[in-house]
Amino acid sequence: MSIEILNGHFLNESGAWKAFKRIEIHNDLIAHIDPSSAKTCQHSIDATGLYLSPSLTDLNVALCEPGYAAKGSIYTETHAAAAAGVTTVCCTPETDPVNDSEAVCSFIERAIQQAGTIEVLPLGALTQGLEGERLAEYAELKKAGCVALSSGMTPFKNLSTAKRCFDYAKTFDMSVFIHPMEPSLYEGSAHSGRISTKTGLKGISHLAESIATAQLIMLARESGVHLHLAQLSCKESVALVKRAKDEGANITADVAVANLLYTHEKIVSYNSLYHCLPPLRSETDRLALIEGLRNGVIDAITSAHRPHEAAAKKAPFAQTAPGMSTIEHLIPAARQLQAQGELALNDFLKAMTQGPAKVLNRKATSIVEGNAANLCLFNPDQTYKVSAHTMLSEGKNSPLLGQEIKGKVVSTIYKGRLVYQTRD
Amino acid sequence: MSQSTQLTDTGQLKHFLSIDGLSKALLTEILDTAESFIEVGERKIRKVPLLRGKTVVNLFFEASTRTRSTFELAAKRLSADVLNLNISTSATSKGESLSDTLLNLEAMASDMFIVRHSQSGAPHFIAESVTPGVGIINAGDGWHAHPTQAMLDMLTIRQNKGTFDGLRVAIIGDIMHSRVARSQIQALNTLGASEVRIIAPSTLLPPEVESLGVNVYHQLHSGLNDIDVVIMLRLQRERMQGALLPSEQEYFQQYGLTQEALANAKPDAIVMHPGPINRGVEIESAVADGTQSVILDQVTNGIAVRMAVMSMAMSGQTQERNALTQGA
Repeated sequence: MSIEILNGHFLNESGAWKAFKRIEIHNDLIAHIDPSSAKTCQHSIDATGLYLSPSLTDLNVALCEPGYAAKGSIYTETHAAAAAGVTTVCCTPETDPVNDSEAVCSFIERAIQQAGTIEVLPLGALTQGLEGERLAEYAELKKAGCVALSSGMTPFKNLSTAKRCFDYAKTFDMSVFIHPMEPSLYEGSAHSGRISTKTGLKGISHLAESIATAQLIMLARESGVHLHLAQLSCKESVALVKRAKDEGANITADVAVANLLYTHEKIVSYNSLYHCLPPLRSETDRLALIEGLRNGVIDAITSAHRPHEAAAKKAPFAQTAPGMSTIEHLIPAARQLQAQGELALNDFLKAMTQGPAKVLNRKATSIVEGNAANLCLFNPDQTYKVSAHTMLSEGKNSPLLGQEIKGKVVSTIYKGRLVYQTRD
Repeated sequence: MSQSTQLTDTGQLKHFLSIDGLSKALLTEILDTAESFIEVGERKIRKVPLLRGKTVVNLFFEASTRTRSTFELAAKRLSADVLNLNISTSATSKGESLSDTLLNLEAMASDMFIVRHSQSGAPHFIAESVTPGVGIINAGDGWHAHPTQAMLDMLTIRQNKGTFDGLRVAIIGDIMHSRVARSQIQALNTLGASEVRIIAPSTLLPPEVESLGVNVYHQLHSGLNDIDVVIMLRLQRERMQGALLPSEQEYFQQYGLTQEALANAKPDAIVMHPGPINRGVEIESAVADGTQSVILDQVTNGIAVRMAVMSMAMSGQTQERNALTQGA
């Protein structure tokens, strides 16, 4: 396949938006940027007013397969990702059965092949059945295609298990992705504070996360494993990661986009679409997370995409399933944070391109002749109203439903193939 | 928050979910209406026809004797047909979801649900899920709210003190797990009490408790200084066995309302308790049965207040339904 993209702006290697007249993609590569003589291409995209960025990488996506067909499938959720300009996702091991064996991983790999859209990198379970107790077969999982190991939303039963997991993962040179949770404190459905007190919802203190962050950092430094802290939600965790990084620890971190956009104020009327785990916290926490991204303490932004069927959100708040369907609204999130004067568009994109590449220990793709054509073309100013029809994800559990948002992906290209093209 | 959910476009009550967001005028209207219903309880025939032909369903997902029976009596005095459902032992234990249970009950053409649920926010969820025209009265949800209890307490205070202006009220005990305390605090602040104090050890306080509009005291004696109204909260036994408190004895020594402690309050201070009372744990018998205690008045007022909010919410629902049909 060959594609020509005409008259837009692209993000160059030094992070500046540069005007281009013509970019040619031949086979799976960016063949030419503003060539002196044009070659005929099979597809032509008019990029007037559009921005071309390297495509996004999302480190934390639930693909719901096997086991949660009512919530989504590898097919639906990878297509939703493609529509968001994402061409690489890491899928969580929280499937049913849990991805803790070669058999489950192979099943997932086959479904990925059949979906045939974008790159999916499975995360294997750190412990058998994600029960937080016994080691999973890391060598087998690595052979089956798992790029790293994850504990999902389950805490370790105790620190000696965590230590053994880290030592064993280090043996096979695998990274561990962990959302820090101290089990004796991690109970509730809201951030512990003014809103939990008012609503009578049980609050999760920042200590439930920050204490575990401190412990995991110490264990990881001792074992030498690469620790990736997932979905940090409070300012105390950010401070701990900053200190460890300043001291040279082999640690990376990410934040879920919901924690950048929203605070616990959103749940004051028990709107279950804002029921997330970790919970949406205070404005101070939100601003500390954004500051962490700006100064490089936090490496990556993830969607933490959690599609759910409608019934999962129809119950009293604490009994609803936590998580949001977020992956399709990443560029609008970037535009919102930019409009609020909090995070530059380029910093957002960096946290979904170079940042995740660093976490995965890969080379970041950039828009340079000869590089792989993994691209996201978007209109930063197009506004549109979100509805169940505009969403490709099976999970319509987005608080943006019915709202007008700004920023829309027009085309997504993965390995030189057009994997998404908008209809309007 | 619940302002838009529980009020009609013209500001009338259509559900009663929480005190939060209700105006002083509306709370006063509830108290005045309740006052007028007290007289009904003193008649030979204790009935008014305000809810004749209406079906009220007592939907209790959590066990309750007193609240449920006062709601039942209140509905019957308003001439409604009453259905009591103890859901904790029926549908949901067979795995039926709350949404499905509600659909089934709506199919029985109910006009009002009185809801008690262990989950904070459950009545909000129900109010947002039911078809328009069905009123929801919160009879206690999780740790969140128990607005009819708070209003009957307000009625008791007004009967004894005449006004809320200048009143200093102390609430003593387990604030963290208390839906009653949260609703009382909101009602007192809205009605114009000059100070609401809470007196408790830190293990029984929710985070950032001052944000509710209270002053925090950890010592009973100093906390009771200058107080006009003392409200005791019930302490659940399972919370006193080492988790949040070391023992009943130590709690009673520190926070138990004795006559000696009560002497720190104003001489005409009244003592209230939402019940059931744990004598010798949070309150001394001599105080509970003493001249300053108004605990039994609270029970009588409970029926009148529940009649008031049920009739007001039903009228709000009717008004909204009429507006809808006229609009169509």
